[in-house]
Amino acid sequence: MDDRIKIVEVKNLVKNYGNFCAVKDVSFDVYQNDVFGFLGPNGAGKSTTIRTILSLISPTSGTINLFGKSLITNRNYALSKIGCIVEKPDFYKYLSAKKNLEIFARISGMSISKTKVSELIEFVGLTGRENDKLSGFSHGMKQRLGIAQTLLHDPELIILDEPTTGLDPQGIIDIRNLILQLKNEKNKTVILSSHILSEIELIANRMIIINKGKTIVQGNVVDLLNSEEVIVQFKVDDVSKAIELLKQSEFNSNEITNNDSNLLIHTKVEAIAIINNLFCSNTINVSSIETKRKLEDYFLRLINT
Amino acid sequence: MLFKSTYNELLKIAFKPRSYIGIAGIILIISIILFAMKVDGSFYISLITGQFDQSLLFEGEILNGNLIAYIIIQMLIIHVPLLIAFVTGDLVSGESAMGTIRLLLTKPVSRSTILWSKFFASCIYTLIVMLCLAFMSFVLGKLIFGQGDLMVLKSDGLIVFQEGDITWRFFYGFAIAFLSLVTVATLALTLSCFSENSIGPIVATMGIILLFTIIGSMDVPVFDVIRPFLFTTHMAAWRYFFDDPLNTTNIFYSITILVAHIGVLLAIAFYKFNKKDILS
Repeated sequence: MDDRIKIVEVKNLVKNYGNFCAVKDVSFDVYQNDVFGFLGPNGAGKSTTIRTILSLISPTSGTINLFGKSLITNRNYALSKIGCIVEKPDFYKYLSAKKNLEIFARISGMSISKTKVSELIEFVGLTGRENDKLSGFSHGMKQRLGIAQTLLHDPELIILDEPTTGLDPQGIIDIRNLILQLKNEKNKTVILSSHILSEIELIANRMIIINKGKTIVQGNVVDLLNSEEVIVQFKVDDVSKAIELLKQSEFNSNEITNNDSNLLIHTKVEAIAIINNLFCSNTINVSSIETKRKLEDYFLRLINT
Repeated sequence: MLFKSTYNELLKIAFKPRSYIGIAGIILIISIILFAMKVDGSFYISLITGQFDQSLLFEGEILNGNLIAYIIIQMLIIHVPLLIAFVTGDLVSGESAMGTIRLLLTKPVSRSTILWSKFFASCIYTLIVMLCLAFMSFVLGKLIFGQGDLMVLKSDGLIVFQEGDITWRFFYGFAIAFLSLVTVATLALTLSCFSENSIGPIVATMGIILLFTIIGSMDVPVFDVIRPFLFTTHMAAWRYFFDDPLNTTNIFYSITILVAHIGVLLAIAFYKFNKKDILS
């Protein structure tokens, strides 16, 4: 039982479009200062769930509480504490970046100065382009402006739906660092929906995986991943000797794959040190140990179940 | 918040290039009419007065600013609604098409407030278009063609209004014309709530105006029942202010029908907009 403050509480969420059920039964909690990963394949119901939290879609049944209050009766209160990007950051193309921010600042429920707008433009690296119309902006620039728009009213909860889509590698790193900065320095809560599983693995502390409109699993990222077997790649100088050693011990052959000088072993996290000790004590030199695609395997195994 | 949101909507209209097409269209058309009247106006007037030459003697300048304004409004009052719909039909659906509706509706402003602000902004835009029409026809017309009595040809005869009895008639005429244009703007806004693209509501508004105008102009008994309730029938209600004596019953009936249309259309728009799932 987590004793932190619940920021988002979704219970038994259902959304039907006629006979089609987009979300069947999704429940999850997001706590203060979480970076909450929201995972699921295309069509799993991620976007529908996020749009329902933002009151863009009305649920067929189920309850949503934000900041301890019902979304239905306290919509404006809840939205005044949320900043978001839903799917892609669309803005008024015929307006400049600055004018776009000013328009959204005006209806954000707070008094936002022009200085703050300028600071945010600088923060996302768009200084010098603030008076340019959005029609000339690249996707990455719009994404940066979207982040600035999200932070305009200093929200407590930030919802980012695929924030790194279309960004270059540096842009992805910048966004990742920004999210961590928001969590660690500004004590924000972030819900992050992404297809890039490594991204979730790197920055989320809690996560949910949904598929076909249902919650598959949710919880602490480290606990969930450590409860499963991982693929560990050992780079050793004598592969055949290493395999022999492993076969003599508790590992059987179908858990071990030989890939040149690399050994890929399906095992529990706790076993990594044991295997390393086993190699070292038998004069097998280990030059690297790497955990391979942990979340990706976990995710695929769950949704294919 | 309503004020701030309305200010936002006005900014969007002001920066959108399509907003100026209507105003530019009015300026261009009226300029052409004024030029044509300046060059060949007397010939145009002789076509009208010719039938009375044997029985009436006309004194003074018949082709004056008042007559020009009357002719221009009569010609344009059918076309201006199309220019209005071009902007107001895009107010909700344009946001859906651009995707900005997602951001807009995740702000702490109720959907009703957003729709009210769009309605007020469309009323202000309509007023600007109307003032442009009034300035170009009435003010500019008087500056170019001068003052004078207004001769109005009706189906049952010719009415001449003296110079001092005209301005208030135009004022109220423009006011009721504004009301009819707000009805068109509301229709376009309502249709806009049902669409995810910009073109659909504009074409649908034009189609409805065209259909109602055809029904209203067809002299077929089967349409007699519905004709008085069509808003298009009352788009020419400004002419009632150029009757002598004034038929106040007709004027108030037209105002009632137009206001009722606005009320019903807004009710539909609010219901739809508040229930709408944003999937774009």
